[in-house]
Amino acid sequence: MLSSAILTGLVLGGTYALVAMGLTLQYGVARIMNLAYGDIVIAASFAAFVLFSALGINPLLGMLLILPLGFALNWLIYAILLQPLARRSRDRGRLEGDSILATFGLLFVIQGVALVIFGSGFQSYNFLAVPVNILGTIVAANRLLALVLAVAFAIGLFVLLTRTRFGTVIRAVAANPASAPLVGVNVDSVARFAFALGGALAAAGGVVISMYLTFSATMGVVFTMKALIVVIMGGVGNLMGALAAGLILGLVETLVSTYIDPGLTLAATYLIFLAVLVVRPQGLFGKATS
Amino acid sequence: MTNLSRRTVMQGLGVGAMATALAGLPVFAQDRTAIRIGYAISKTGANAAGAGITTTPNYLLWVDDVNKAGGIKLSKLGVTLPLEVTEYDDRSAAEETVRAIERLATQDNVDLILPTWGTGANLAAGPTFDRFGYPQLAATAVTDMAPQLAARWKHSFWMLGGGHDYANALVELLVKQRDAGTINNKVAIASVADGFGIDLSKAATPAFTEAGFELVYDKTYPLGTSDFAPIINEVSGLGADTFVAFSYPPDTFALTQQAVVADFSPKVFYLGVGTAFPIYPGIAGPNHNGVMGVGGIDPDSEAVAAYFERHIALNGQAPDSWASAITYASLEMLQQAIERVGDIDREAISAELSSGEFDTIIGKVKLVDNQLRSLWTVGQWQDGKFVGLAHTERDGSRDPVVPKPDWVPAT
Repeated sequence: MLSSAILTGLVLGGTYALVAMGLTLQYGVARIMNLAYGDIVIAASFAAFVLFSALGINPLLGMLLILPLGFALNWLIYAILLQPLARRSRDRGRLEGDSILATFGLLFVIQGVALVIFGSGFQSYNFLAVPVNILGTIVAANRLLALVLAVAFAIGLFVLLTRTRFGTVIRAVAANPASAPLVGVNVDSVARFAFALGGALAAAGGVVISMYLTFSATMGVVFTMKALIVVIMGGVGNLMGALAAGLILGLVETLVSTYIDPGLTLAATYLIFLAVLVVRPQGLFGKATS
Repeated sequence: MTNLSRRTVMQGLGVGAMATALAGLPVFAQDRTAIRIGYAISKTGANAAGAGITTTPNYLLWVDDVNKAGGIKLSKLGVTLPLEVTEYDDRSAAEETVRAIERLATQDNVDLILPTWGTGANLAAGPTFDRFGYPQLAATAVTDMAPQLAARWKHSFWMLGGGHDYANALVELLVKQRDAGTINNKVAIASVADGFGIDLSKAATPAFTEAGFELVYDKTYPLGTSDFAPIINEVSGLGADTFVAFSYPPDTFALTQQAVVADFSPKVFYLGVGTAFPIYPGIAGPNHNGVMGVGGIDPDSEAVAAYFERHIALNGQAPDSWASAITYASLEMLQQAIERVGDIDREAISAELSSGEFDTIIGKVKLVDNQLRSLWTVGQWQDGKFVGLAHTERDGSRDPVVPKPDWVPAT
């Protein structure tokens, strides 16, 4: 029973972590508090849905197309909409305020386009909805895939960020965008790249969750909120933090649901969130700002 | 300091009174080119999906049907006028709904206002409809308070029953199955901790207990829950033949998918809002067959079949099999009430809605204390249709299939 609850919780946490990773890059490196993040996720879900139901393309193959598209789209969004804001704001607070307003507008643009094309109804398709037996616990293969992808992305990007020169440049921008140019870092292009990479991760999340969640054009905000909690809990800009926080939330929700009451899952989530904020305001893996 | 003479004040008051009187005058028949209908509906936000399935398509269909037939006849004015629509997005926020209704009543001066989607929004809009004296045909609000509300707001009409109607009908149906020996005595209930789920579980829990059922599981889950593995895993080990979820979409779909993956296939699988949606068979695949839920239609009614066809032709999607037909019927009632009154006299139209008998796609309808009491309460997917198993006034249209077919596992 306990092992089953833990496994189910990890699988759920995988979804949370996967959806949050892109936002932690966008917020941590590019310093854009992207309120349209969840709508990018949903846009990718729609893309996977169309590829699968109209053209019969397997969503896993579809990802090869949707991920670069997500990257390109977010690159453009940053270059056109957000770069001017980043250039003109001298301090982080100002950029946060401006980016919140700009991406709030973007949220409605993306949602509006999705509403016009797909209407407001629910969309769904079945892919990999097959049971997988792990040590006696049945989990859905598509949800397991979310966990595997989350772990793979987190480790892959962690290695990229800590073991390569380019990763060091990204971390330099995240740590101190004002001083990074002094050592020859092009902050604009690095932030743009990080934002686009975050968008590609959001797209990956969108494709995977579309395999098992019924979604609609107006559901993006749900993912933005969940991702935001995970990002702040894990430490802004920290991929391993997002992974850990996502898994912790999934575990807590499932354990509370199994052993106490499913009605208290939300309360437990926010209690943990609150506890982290009180004890470690910078997040589990975040560095204290001086 | 300005001194206002008494005369100036009186003149001013006179002009003001005149203006008010003129503004209040009904529009003369020869000025009228249309009957103006206004509504605020959720096109964005959390309610958009529900409104887009049940409410907006029916408004569009009704306007299309009426205008294709030439319009509505206003005999007292000697004209037949088409409908003209003013539409707002209430962004799924009750205060936006209220603001939009105020705007429709005071600035757009529409003749009639159609309600928004959902129980909460209709309750929130009630006082505003009442204040401006517009009839409110709440076809998508499920509330046990309907009798009190109808008494408080004289122009309000409650068309979808209350939690007790649905819960009691379900229990009654299951008692028959238990007494026939097809299901055991154990029931598991999961309900969403939001309006509909709370209302129905509050009514169902005592009804099940009184009927002698053993509730092996009776818990709520928060709105927005996406993973039902813990609930299904726990319930599947409790030996209940009946699983009841008073759920909202998209939980309704997620519960189905999770139950299939976990191979939890109870003899009775009952779900809440969303089961009657036309996309349910698409989501559940072959496993939709035998699933029970709230609502239902008469599969033998030609009027309903014709309505389904017109709905699909205009909107490109089928209506849901619960509140859609009732929404359309409420509009037919409105149209007939206007024609009988022969004028846009909202007071008289409300009185006619309240007392008259109407011919609709769901049959002859006469409201009881401003409430529609003739409702399908339990439905089941059989042969591609969500057929009514229990009705408040009639016999069920089909016998329930219990146990439902076993799940077909995904490949």
